Amino acid sequence: MAEEKVKFGAPLKIPGWVNYALIPLVNLIAALLISGVVILIIGDNPIEALKVLIYGAFGYPEAVGYTLYYTTNFIFTGLAVAIAFHCGLFNIGAEGQAALGGIGVGLVCLYMDWMPLWMIIPFAMGAAAIFGAAWAYIPAYLQAKRGSHIVITTIMFNFIAASLMTYLLVEVLIDPNGQSPESRPIIETTWLPYIHEVVSMPKTPLNLSFVYALILSAGFYFLVWHTRWGYEIRVVGQNETAARYAGISPSKNIILAMMISGALAGFVGVNEIQGVHHRLILDFTGGYGFAGIAVALMGRNHPIGIFLAALLFGALYQGGSELAFEMKSINKEMVIVIQGLIILFSGALEHMFRPKIEAIYRRFAPARPVEAR
Amino acid sequence: METFQIIVLLLDATFRVATPLVLAALAGMFSERAGVVDIGLEGKMLGAAFAAAAVAAVSGSAWVGLGAGILTSIALSMLHAYACVTHKGNQVVSGMAINIVVAGLTPTLGYAWFSMGGQTPSLSGDARFKSIILPFAESSRDIPIFGYLYVELISNHNIIVYLAAAAVPICAWILYKTRFGLRVRAVGENPHAVDTAGISVDWLRYKALIMTGFLCGIAGSYLSTAHGAGFIRDMTAGKGYLALAALIFGKWRPVPTLFACLLFAFTDAVQARLQGVDLPLIGVIPVQFIQALPYILTVLLLAGFVGKAHPPKAIGEPYIKER
Repeated sequence: MAEEKVKFGAPLKIPGWVNYALIPLVNLIAALLISGVVILIIGDNPIEALKVLIYGAFGYPEAVGYTLYYTTNFIFTGLAVAIAFHCGLFNIGAEGQAALGGIGVGLVCLYMDWMPLWMIIPFAMGAAAIFGAAWAYIPAYLQAKRGSHIVITTIMFNFIAASLMTYLLVEVLIDPNGQSPESRPIIETTWLPYIHEVVSMPKTPLNLSFVYALILSAGFYFLVWHTRWGYEIRVVGQNETAARYAGISPSKNIILAMMISGALAGFVGVNEIQGVHHRLILDFTGGYGFAGIAVALMGRNHPIGIFLAALLFGALYQGGSELAFEMKSINKEMVIVIQGLIILFSGALEHMFRPKIEAIYRRFAPARPVEAR
Repeated sequence: METFQIIVLLLDATFRVATPLVLAALAGMFSERAGVVDIGLEGKMLGAAFAAAAVAAVSGSAWVGLGAGILTSIALSMLHAYACVTHKGNQVVSGMAINIVVAGLTPTLGYAWFSMGGQTPSLSGDARFKSIILPFAESSRDIPIFGYLYVELISNHNIIVYLAAAAVPICAWILYKTRFGLRVRAVGENPHAVDTAGISVDWLRYKALIMTGFLCGIAGSYLSTAHGAGFIRDMTAGKGYLALAALIFGKWRPVPTLFACLLFAFTDAVQARLQGVDLPLIGVIPVQFIQALPYILTVLLLAGFVGKAHPPKAIGEPYIKER
């Protein structure tokens, strides 16, 4: 075939499966190996731990439900971080944006609960998106117009969001009949339907927002690669100067990308508040925002990759709680270690294995017909 | 007289809070002036705090703990260098990875080694840095104003507070008056020029990051063995990020950075005093708002409402020889 002919001396193109499957896999294995060393240091058996982890994540129907429930959150935050990455921005603020999204969902479910479910679902989702996007808007504006570094501002906004959340739950929204800082429960007519109510499976927190996350993933693909908006965002992310010459406004797209990012992160609130906890609680964001960085990096900012990475993290979270339960010296923080190591290997050290793997591939690549000169 | 006393007590608290910020910000200065972004200050401090507390608890000596803290922090800093300098990885991602790994690793190891819910045993005696009464403190107490200032404000801090105070001029001297400092500044502005002069860019950045690790190690050890008495989960609570913000606000220069740190620390000292106080006109400010004050202040300051910052030119970019 004509396409397969390459110019003499042209570098061999590395096929997609090496780039998108083999390299992430090698990075994951490296992260798991180091985690295994940590488990050895604290005096447990890493092989045993891996077995417990996998069984805990996929071994029985409830486990699968829980894994997918965690996966939902990671899809949301993974997509959130990824859209910012496409624009060349590093959104560390998904944690805070998720918290704000939760406040939005909580307010709708608490004070507009006279609505029937089919009406409250779009309202709650809209509130999550608007609150999350608004929380991302300020750092985005400051980055675009005032040049303050988005990494620092979004970190600060995480802390401010945590304070705001505490204030609201301690002083304003607290359940008058309760002691702990949480709101009154939202009434049952506003709850998102559980998947186990529709499909026959054991009772798990898995709810409608999982389906929603899948739809959003498809929408993400369409937005980023098949619309003008997505194109402009990617151009700004690749080369701001080129974008400016092409008549694309970097500041407009920075703000747009960050607001989409914030909205996506806000949907964690839908899953957690409307889907599972059914009341506003503190710290429901549980580190999903930070894990989103790892998910986006591993998934190479592509929805399919993000889904697979989110599934991996969902399994790590669910299997990790099982692990903390089963093995005496391991607690839940072990999962954070693995998460950090994955960010390290697939993000910071991405150039460590890549040249070697590519070299090996080139060496053993099938011979190709070379175009005559 | 009472207002005077309150101010002195506020300043006293400011010094205590400012110490880790100053040390961490100076640490960040070496890294960033050499052209390597370091948002991993937080993780390095946390790692050092844990190592210092753990080793001090086992060995019974704060100094051995400090050494362990410094070594841990340097090791993490070298990891950052390995990722960002040797393998030219994304510096922000690397820093974040270090923060997350340490945030998970410290409670994991603490839980496994001490089984106290991720904390280390509380330290006492020689395992902590104790306050030092400076000479003539007692005899000068009767001197009006000056004596009070000397006794309450200057004297009676632990050694690391004085170390931090001394670190500012020392670091300024290193950065501006030594060959190493000149090269660090040059490599952050124009690494190609440094390379052309026959100096290894990579090795220079490694050396700068060793300095970063060293200073961050002292900052972290201070938190667990001098300011506190043992390691608590997430005890840095954003101080690394605040230090970085102070560094940016201080325009990457030692003395303005010191004042930025003092400002943040003063806000913190004020917030501790403001809690539950009924202010005229405003009433009681919610605790959570006051606690968020340093972070809000950071956002406002970084938004350039106090003049624009000019970062080192080559910051954040891995050095690639042929371009």
